[in-house]
Amino acid sequence: MNGRPEGSALVTGASRGIGAAIAKSLARDGWPVGVNYRQDAEGAEAVAKEITDAGGRALALKGDVADPETVEALFKKLEDEYGPVLVLVNNAGVRADGLSPQIDDEDWQKVIDTNLSAAFRLTRRALRPMIRARYGRVVNIASIVGQRANPGQANYAASKAGLVALTKTVAAEVAKRGVTVNAVAPGLIETEMTEGIGENWLEQVPARRAGTPEDVAECVRFLASDGAAYVTGVCLTVDGGLTA
Amino acid sequence: MSTTATREQIEQRVFQALEEFGAEPDQIGPDAEFESMDVDSLDLVELAQIVEDEYGVQLKGEDMEGVTTVRQAVDLVVSKLP
Repeated sequence: MNGRPEGSALVTGASRGIGAAIAKSLARDGWPVGVNYRQDAEGAEAVAKEITDAGGRALALKGDVADPETVEALFKKLEDEYGPVLVLVNNAGVRADGLSPQIDDEDWQKVIDTNLSAAFRLTRRALRPMIRARYGRVVNIASIVGQRANPGQANYAASKAGLVALTKTVAAEVAKRGVTVNAVAPGLIETEMTEGIGENWLEQVPARRAGTPEDVAECVRFLASDGAAYVTGVCLTVDGGLTA
Repeated sequence: MSTTATREQIEQRVFQALEEFGAEPDQIGPDAEFESMDVDSLDLVELAQIVEDEYGVQLKGEDMEGVTTVRQAVDLVVSKLP
């Protein structure tokens, strides 16, 4: 809490999995958290309740981040409740897997819209108050498939690689205002979203286990902390050594 | 947000912003060039944001093209006051 301005954290796609773990982790660090969700109200409310039961502050916020109209509403609600959003975690993501010849335009666009375009719009909106506050943390949840081939995920991989490029560029643009922009690239993490895609990979993981949402959340918490003030434009891989 | 700002008030607000951006106070004036004050593109983005927040004037990137001095910037804002 050392000298950081009063404000809030917004975690997209936080009703379960990695997003839920990140929301709880940031709340433990003292941030009031907006727990964004698209459909799983019950999950988001449970995350918010767990945070408030532990003495933190949290608000479940419904909204599909792929809808440009939603962005302003999300920020407005959180700003009204807890002050400017000084930590943004772009975590919401979707998959629509298939080998490239079978990915239709809709499945391509859906993944790019949610995983990449939404992250850009949210970041653009978040940067305004961050720049004025001379403080901000943006953390984009990428994936190792943005760096290493995983057949069947051309759309997902492209969106995540794009997210890393976005991270680096924006980081360089705003660094002098005390705003950092980083990415975290999880490897094989046990969540509902990764069910069924990990079997072939696990034996290649030097750590000999799948990661947990908390493994990822802890890295995000660090990147969002005061201690990471001089870390910007990086993509921190969290994969048990899989891509080492 | 004020819709009755005078040119002088806007100019003073721009001066104040430039100082926040790190420009030397003795360099700041109506005819000062942004470049000579080391005011860069991110500073101008923030200046546009301040103007929007405080005067309700939206400045897009293309509006700022060719704007190199404080006077030009203030003229632009005044011309767009609601």
